[in-house]
Amino acid sequence: MRAMPGKTLYDKIWDAHVVAETDGEAILYIDLHVIHEVTTPQAFAGLREAGRPVRRPDRTLAVADHNIPTEGQALGVDAVADHEARLQLQTLGKNVAEHGIEYYPMGDIRNGIVHVVAPEQGRTQPGMTIVCGDSHTSTHGAFGALAHGIGTSEVEHVLATQTLRQKKAKNMRVRIEGEPVPGVGAKDYALAVIGEIGTAGGTGYVIEYAGSAVRALSMEGRMTLCNLTIEGGAKAGLVAPDETTFEYLKGRPSAPKGGAWEMALDYWKTFFTDEDAVFDREIVLDASKIAPTVTWGTSPEDVIPVTAVVPAPETFATPDKRASATRALEYMGLEAGQPITNAKIDVVFIGSCTNSRIEDLRAAADVVQHAFLNGRLVAPHVRAMVVPGSGLVKEQAEAEGLDAIFKAAGFDWREPGCSMCLGMNPDRLKPGERCASTSNRNFEGRQGRGGRTHLMSPAMAAAAAIAGHIADVRDFL
Amino acid sequence: MEAFTRLDAKVAPLPLANIDTDQIIPKQFLKGVDRKGLARGLFYDFRFDEQGREIPDFVLNRPEYKGAGVLVAGDNFGCGSSREHAPWALMDFGVRCVISTSFADIFYNNCFQNGLLPVVLKAEEVQQLMEEARGGNHVVSVDLAAQTVTSPSGAVFHFEIDPVRKDKMLKGLDAIGETLQAKDSIDVYEMKRALAQPWFEGA
Ligand code: SF4
Repeated sequence: MRAMPGKTLYDKIWDAHVVAETDGEAILYIDLHVIHEVTTPQAFAGLREAGRPVRRPDRTLAVADHNIPTEGQALGVDAVADHEARLQLQTLGKNVAEHGIEYYPMGDIRNGIVHVVAPEQGRTQPGMTIVCGDSHTSTHGAFGALAHGIGTSEVEHVLATQTLRQKKAKNMRVRIEGEPVPGVGAKDYALAVIGEIGTAGGTGYVIEYAGSAVRALSMEGRMTLCNLTIEGGAKAGLVAPDETTFEYLKGRPSAPKGGAWEMALDYWKTFFTDEDAVFDREIVLDASKIAPTVTWGTSPEDVIPVTAVVPAPETFATPDKRASATRALEYMGLEAGQPITNAKIDVVFIGSCTNSRIEDLRAAADVVQHAFLNGRLVAPHVRAMVVPGSGLVKEQAEAEGLDAIFKAAGFDWREPGCSMCLGMNPDRLKPGERCASTSNRNFEGRQGRGGRTHLMSPAMAAAAAIAGHIADVRDFL
Repeated sequence: MEAFTRLDAKVAPLPLANIDTDQIIPKQFLKGVDRKGLARGLFYDFRFDEQGREIPDFVLNRPEYKGAGVLVAGDNFGCGSSREHAPWALMDFGVRCVISTSFADIFYNNCFQNGLLPVVLKAEEVQQLMEEARGGNHVVSVDLAAQTVTSPSGAVFHFEIDPVRKDKMLKGLDAIGETLQAKDSIDVYEMKRALAQPWFEGA
């Protein structure tokens, strides 16, 4: 008889959380449930109607992020101008109080974007299962945690049972090997991966990122990579925990302390893919061949190197894709064949759960400072803003003087939140405005009706702010 | 949850790939605290212009598709944000079934939570349905028990569906009530976990 094949990291996390299995579906235990104002009111209402309590308030953490304004937060929720947003925030406040759930309300220094806050607090840990009513929950996979977005009915299910009914996904491994060229990082890798597999290429899979270039990434970089996994259609993204992970976690408010830390460390170190594990699909990318990458269209798979020209719809394989590309070019106001660096920028947004952590802000500030020392500021026609991912990121950036660099160059320095990533708060694009954005979605109208989004890294967005058009960050280093 | 057995309804064609949940229900409609009244926001930017006037040639605004209960759309329907408002809005509008070659995962799951049936057909079958939907007769039959879609011309397409999901859909079962039947197993799991990984407690 053949020996059992080895297990992948995903297999191991899955196996450790199966409570029961029925009809090919598992009841999976959930270690951490993060919630926010937009996808929870209907879930709490459902609980109330059915007279069900929250099973584990202590395994639940609430923040206010999606529709909070990015100024005047100290005035409190009652000062939020948009009455529907205010109502959602007040509803969350009431619901968490009723069920005894820890909550960082708007204005609390610990508050910020859900996927920035939970890791920063040390709530996100290796080997966990983590869910949230937000698709970018995949971010937490950077710690070797199985993390994914769920819908509101599932939020209600997790609140009531601390479990989720799940079917197991398939295993995919994306290896990124080699040395990146200067100016290229996690965001470029992530966009290159989506460009390679397409927005539906990951459907039905959990992706584990491996390879020397992934190992070399900081936790911030790994979070960026896992964050964008959902744009490739995959269920979740994972990076096996290592010293970088443990180093990041040590001393965080919710990380285990003392003897528990040693115990946890032993446990976390069991979460890796066995040498003889088999993946259903495997992709290898050469980091040295990835250029700074931007999107040209209205789907995250519409990526090109910054040195390339906008593609022609005729070059796409299927009639559907050709129709979508034609529509995208028209929406984006671009011509096939034009160099993407010709695209003039109106707005620059540095923020979102993809790229609003301290390292992202440092990378952008570095480009801005270089330009500043050469006498260059944000181009006069550009409205540029930086929105830190949390109050603590903001504080840290200010301690390092990054805010001063941004402000001196003409950037607007805002308070934390999702902001222009989805434009539910007052930060929005106007129709026709073109934005260099570090967020994760370039869908039609995502950042405001008629707004045109080009996704890119923080360093590339900073370069675009200075140049006034899409620019190659390597010319700024 | 409303059970889904068989549906005879008009089918409206949306021949675009990658229709995302922002397009299905734009974010300005996500600020409510209940599930009602979302039909107004469904495909808002397709249905209405900047002044809020109906765009007459968008398929769901055309009189021949009024009351459509089925949509047939291009690849990767429902990609993007996890908002469950997408199936709620479709249901509130009267859509009970969406047909495509593929769906994004979260949207697909959300459909089953709400009694909206997502049907995956082959590319050529979807193509044929799109073309027939543009003709004079727009009525299709979706039979969940038999796992078939019958096109306006009478062509019968078989579709695959997970048997467990199918069963729950046919009965309109509530997932939470069902999981709570396994409460003892959850209790045992938690007790074991508290012993083996004590740092999980009281974090
Ligand atoms: S920053 Fe954007 S993608 Fe991230 S949680 Fe907020 S809205 Fe979602």
